[in-house]
Parts: sequence; structure tokens; C-alpha cells
Amino acid sequence: MKLDKDQIRQLRRMKEKHPMPEQAPEERIKNYNEVPFGYDAETAIKEANRCLQCKDAKCVEGCPVEVDIPAFIKLVAEGKFDEGIKKLKEKNSLPAVCGRVCPQESQCEALCLRGKKAEPVAIGRLERFLADYELAKGVETPPKPASTGKRVAIVGAGPAGLTAAGDLAKMGHEVVLFEAFHATGGVLRYGIPEFRLPKEKVLQREVDYIASLGVEIKTNVVIGKTLTVDELFEEEGFQAVFIGTGAGLPQFLNIPGENLNGVFSANEFLTRANLMKAYLFPEYDTPIKLGKKVAVVGAGNVAMDSARTSLRLGAEEVHIVYRRSDKEMPARAEEIEHAKEEGVVFNLLTNPVRIIGDENGWVTGMECIKMELGEPDDSGRARPIPIEGSEFVFDVDTIVIAIGQNPNPLIPQTTSGLKIGRWGTIEADEEGATSRPGVFAGGDIVTGAATVILAMGAGKVAARAMDKYLKAL
Amino acid sequence: MFKIVKKRDLADVSKLMEVEAPLVARKAQPGQFIILRIHENGERIPLTIADSDKEKGTITIIFQEVGKTTKELGALEEGDSLRDFVGPLGQAMELPTSGRVIAVGGGVGIAPIYPKVKAFHQAGMEVISIIGARTADLLILEDEMRAVSKELHICTDDGTKGHHGFVSDILQGMLDDKSQKIDEIIAVGPLPMMRVVANQTKPYGIKTVVSLNPIMVDGTGMCGCCRVSVGGETKFTCVDGPVFDAHQVDFEELTRRGQMYLPEEKEALDKYKEECGCGGGNSEIG
Ligand SMILES: Cc1cc2nc3c(=O)[nH]c(=O)nc-3n(C[C@H](O)[C@H](O)[C@H](O)COP(=O)(O)OP(=O)(O)OC[C@H]3O[C@@H](n4cnc5c(N)ncnc54)[C@H](O)[C@@H]3O)c2cc1C
Ligand code: SF4
Ligand code: FES
Repeated sequence: MKLDKDQIRQLRRMKEKHPMPEQAPEERIKNYNEVPFGYDAETAIKEANRCLQCKDAKCVEGCPVEVDIPAFIKLVAEGKFDEGIKKLKEKNSLPAVCGRVCPQESQCEALCLRGKKAEPVAIGRLERFLADYELAKGVETPPKPASTGKRVAIVGAGPAGLTAAGDLAKMGHEVVLFEAFHATGGVLRYGIPEFRLPKEKVLQREVDYIASLGVEIKTNVVIGKTLTVDELFEEEGFQAVFIGTGAGLPQFLNIPGENLNGVFSANEFLTRANLMKAYLFPEYDTPIKLGKKVAVVGAGNVAMDSARTSLRLGAEEVHIVYRRSDKEMPARAEEIEHAKEEGVVFNLLTNPVRIIGDENGWVTGMECIKMELGEPDDSGRARPIPIEGSEFVFDVDTIVIAIGQNPNPLIPQTTSGLKIGRWGTIEADEEGATSRPGVFAGGDIVTGAATVILAMGAGKVAARAMDKYLKAL
Repeated sequence: MFKIVKKRDLADVSKLMEVEAPLVARKAQPGQFIILRIHENGERIPLTIADSDKEKGTITIIFQEVGKTTKELGALEEGDSLRDFVGPLGQAMELPTSGRVIAVGGGVGIAPIYPKVKAFHQAGMEVISIIGARTADLLILEDEMRAVSKELHICTDDGTKGHHGFVSDILQGMLDDKSQKIDEIIAVGPLPMMRVVANQTKPYGIKTVVSLNPIMVDGTGMCGCCRVSVGGETKFTCVDGPVFDAHQVDFEELTRRGQMYLPEEKEALDKYKEECGCGGGNSEIG
């Protein structure tokens, strides 16, 4: 497709992003298929032409891994998709994932110049377009580099571990990736649902690519139990180890009634639904127990995913219960939007105080209290304060707690010489080096629950530092 | 893939399997468990490590065919493989090195108590074992238990073997016998049995431990599905247990949490029976 000058001028003045076609809400809540369909080539080229090609491109500053955004967008605008994806992949190893799950509105797109007066350029959608274009065509495996003879162990197959593994393999190291679960992907597999990130079409392809680089993937190995980090060095002959075990420990509210039947952590709920495919029970053996009226506590991505999954599992009414206001909700804008379109009810400035059960121990309700916002707290967000006497009982039969995750203590507890932070995180410098020589870490295990792109970026940076470390051995 | 290298029928619905899992075998300790998944569509189920052999690189599991997954597992033969097998999970049991222990194993609990009794025995403790089942046909590991126990008492609910009655009857006799000091009691079996034993020993102030087997998903502390109240605090059985102080466990909560999926378990089992045409058998969920 060739655009003439007039068309380009028009596009540069076009206020709105080109919409991305998607499944209608009333249809999609009945299936598990991906919601947005993605741009076609023509729309992508048009959207790319909305970009002003700023000299001092602010969008790049908003990107945690500094993708050269104007450069890849220019290539899309010119229809040079093969070069475009190459440019994108210089910095981002998982574009098909990031294009779908990055919070663009608070990163690159938040700083886009066009966003000052109109909608920003749809950077995320263009990223997804290029990545899908490549997946459809088939990803080429680069030629195998000469072996350095060095052995590296990667612990955890989430975005941090997968990225570090792929990069280290490309540098010629022998890489073994250990994963506790029976499947790779970390949160991308067990947490983020199929309708947001297709597992076979996108995730598995990314993992297959990493494996094709020569990474040996060993599932069903819990480091800290099956093998320890110490043993990886002393007995298994690894010269460096990368820890990317994420933040998988569920937080509970610590209120009465939390162990009643029908109360789940979001981790359990989503793991049953996604990893174990409970939405296909009894074809798949793992069931999930869901009532008619579901309350999801929290308003991050995890909460939105739980709420939207509940709808698809057949819940009649799904509520988000959040103690602050809509401005503080940490989820991606698109997820909140999608949840609202699908009929999820938002109960803001509301905090649970007690869960009520019947004589058989099943949830029948949740007592909540209304909140108001006070001064900002440590996190910079307004502190919610309970309004005395405003308690009321919410009729619900299923409760999903999605208020955050902490790092799993298994590795910190079983590894010698690791400095551990206040919240159980592993301390690491900007290059991912921990207090123990040869041990690097990155992703949620270092930052606490954060984002896919930050985890991926940390894996990339650490891979470079590990390469340096290994070469100096 | 994890190969089944040996299979033995222990009783009507109880089977023993040795599975090739060298990494797990190298680390396995009494009290710990594994999680397995038979095939791609399978669920993850926890099973106690009944025995392990570092040299051969095998783990022994013993299970009663009660639900869909255990029936399906029981239908596998030597040479077949399991899709996933991960462990050892949970905490190893604390092992004092001298003293007198009473081990109470009931029904499905005889398999998981056996490795613990063996460990106590090897640690030099004197173990008096009491095992019981509904009926003689369901009793398993009698010879194995006898080999590691100083005394072995048997009971059946229907009197088809040993004492006609419950394990708690025999235990009561021992609690009342002031001439013999009891340092510790360990009970593994169906929840009602463990609960009875816990209540029974509490007034005597004798340390009593139980090994719990709640519903699990990951087995590494990431889902909280296995939570149990112990001394008023929420614990995750898979990482904090599975062995806990019996006098602190909230059995009532545990019992109802265990029933959460009964209808689904039944649905899955019925569907399986229909498909494999192998109906009948014991459909009680253990
Ligand atoms: C439901 C949900 C939705 C989310 N949505 C978004 C989103 O839309 N956008 C976004 O940017 N971020 C999102 N996030 C956050 C994002 O997924 C995480 O920040 C990111 O996945 C962290 O990557 P990681 O590689 O550090 O860890 P993880 O993805 O957590 O992976 C860690 C891996 O290590 C394994 N592991 C743990 N312990 C061990 C051990 N001892 N031995 C071996 N393996 C071990 C785990 O099984 C897991 O596979 C979401 C998170 C959740 C839970
Ligand atoms: S800030 Fe916006 S308009 Fe400028 S280069 Fe980046 S994407 Fe293009
Ligand atoms: S089984 Fe998931 S936390 Fe124990």
C-alpha cells in the first residue's frame, strides 16, 4: 500500500488511534478466545503514519527497555515489516507478549507527543502487529554460535528467565532452564488468561523459539527442593545462575472467614483456570468451584483477569471491590475498559472486613466498610480511611482475593550468601548481580510484583552481565 | 516423562508403584511428598513418598483407587510413563533419636505412615504400630509394618482380622497403661480418625502429630489452596507441613475444605467409568 502526501498529512492530523477490531462483549464472555483481533497491514501502515517521527522522541524514554520506537514505526509506515520486527527485537525479546500486555498508557504512549492534543500513536498495537506478522510467517532461528563451554542455569521460566536464557544461548553459552511447574511461561501461563494472551498461538511459540536456540528446558524441578542453588554450582557444574522465580506467593486479607469454602487466592483461581484449564472441566481433570455471585478484591491486572475469567466460567454477577477510587486502580486501562464493557460492577472505596459463611462453611456474604481518601501514603497514593458506621453486607458466594503477591521464600531460604530485602525480594544491582558471585537475579523476585516488560528487561541486562562474568572466569 | 518400573497390587484397590525419578530420589526424606500428573489433561495430585532408592533412582508411591485420577493411575502398567512428577515437597519430619513412639495408621493412611515408622525405627526409636481398616481386604503393608515395628496391632471395623473395632480402642489401652511411657504419637489416616486421635491424646499432654492431605494445586506455596488453621494461624500444608501438631489443627475447617469439590470429583469419576467401562469399585473419596 502506498499513501500519497495528502493522505499522510491527514493521518498526522487524525485525532484518534485506529481502532483495533475486537469480539463484541456479549459474545466474548461466552468464550475464552482472544478479545482484540489485531491490526491488518493496511491499518498498521496508516496508524504508523500518525507518528510525527520526533527528533527527540519522548516515547522512547517511557519504554523500560528503550525500544527505538520511531525507527520501528517508520519501518511499519514504509511497509518494511521484516526490518521493523528486527528493529523491535533488538531491545524486546517478547514483542508478541508485550504488545498485548504492556501498560502502554503509562509507559511509551503516556509520553507520546501526539498524546498532548489527541490520542497517542497506538505504539502497543503496532508492536503486536509486527510480532504477529513474524509469528505468522515463521520465526527464523539464528545460526548457532560457537560454544563458549560455559554452563549457565536459569531458574524460573517466566519472562525474566526466558529472556535471560535466550540471550545467553545466543552468546554461545550452554543454558539449562529449570521450572517448578510442569509448563513454562510463569505468570504468562498460569496467570494471564487465554483471552488476553493466547497460549498456543503466542506464548508457546515464544518458548519454542527460546528452545530452538539450544536452551535445555527442564520442567518439574523446584529449585530449593529438588536441587538447591548451591548444588547447581557444586554438583551440577554450572558456573553462573540466574534467578527469575517471580512473586508467586499470594497475599490474603487476614480477616475472619478467609478459609471458608468459596474463598480463593487469585493465584489459585487463575492457576486452576489457565494452567490447569479448568474452564474445560471435565475434559481436563481439574475443576474450579464458582458460585453465581463473585466478588474480586483488588483492582490490578490480577483482579481484572479474575473478574473476567469468572464471567467466562459462567458467574451471573461479578464485582470488583477496591478500597481506593478509580484513579488509583493499578490495572492496565484496556483491562478496566474491557471488564466494564463485559458487565463487571466496580465497587470502589469499599473494603472487606469479614467474610460470612453458612453452617456448612460456604461463603454467603462479605461484610464491607465504605472508605474515603486521605493524605497520600508511602506509595504516593491517597490513603483510604474507613468511614465509621458504614458497614454493610455484600451478598456473594465466591470471593477471589487479588491484592498482591510476594516473592516465594524457597530460594532465599535455601541459598547461602544471598542478601534478602525487606519484602523477601533478592537484592541485586542494576546489572542483576546479587551479593553472591555468579548468582544473578531479575524480574519480580527482585522488584516485587511488577510488569512483564520490566522482568524481560531485567533478564536482558543480566544476560549481558553474566556473559561478561563468565568470560572473565 | 517418568517411567513406572514396578507395580504391585497390595489389596483390592491399593497399588504400589516404583517410579523412575532420580533427582527426587536423591533428596527424598520421610514425611515429604510428590505431585504427579498422569497426562496432558490430568490434574496434579499429591502422594506421600512411601520409599525411595537413591541407587536405583526410584520413588515408591502407594495409593488407593478412590477417585478418577487414582483409578486412572492404577490402570497404568510397568513400562508406562507419567507426564509429570515433581518433588520432594513439604518439610521432612523431625526425628528424635530415642524414645517410644506409637504410630496409628488407618485405611488410606497406612501407606503414608509406613515411611515415617521406618524412619523412626532406623533412627533407633521403639515403635508400636496400630493399623486399621474397614475390613481385612483393605489392610495393606502388614509385613512391611511388622518389620519396622516393635509391636504391630491390627484392627478392622468388621472384625475380619485382629481387634474388632477401631484403632482408637487399642490406643486408649496404651494411654491408660501408666507403666509404659509414650514420647510421641503419630497418626495418619482419614480425617475423622486423626481428629479422634488428637482429641483422645490431648488430655494426656503427649506430643501428637498428624500428616495432612488437603487438596493441592502447585505444592510449592503459590496458591494457598492447601491452607489449614494451626494454632489459630493460617499455614500452607505443602510448604509448612504436611506434618503438624495434631492438638493445634482445626479439623473442622479441614474437613469442610476437603469436601469442596466432592460433586466435581464424582462427576469426573462417573465420566471416567463410563468411558473406560470399568465401573464398580469403591467410589468413596479419601
Ligand atoms: C494475573 C496476572 C496478570 C498480570 N498482567 C500483567 C499485564 O497485563 N501486564 C504486565 O506487564 N504485567 C502483568 N502482570 C505482572 C507480570 O506477569 C509479572 O511482573 C511478570 O510475569 C514477572 O516475570 P518473572 O519472570 O519475574 O516471574 P514469573 O512470571 O512469576 O515467573 C517465575 C517462574 O519461576 C518459577 N519458579 C518459582 N519458584 C521456583 C523455584 N524455586 N524453582 C524453579 N522454578 C520456580 C515459577 O513457577 C514461574 O514459572 C500480571 C501478573 C499476574 C499474576
Ligand atoms: S512520541 Fe509519539 S509521535 Fe513522537 S516518535 Fe514517539 S510515537 Fe512517534
Ligand atoms: S498447594 Fe498451592 S500453596 Fe499449597
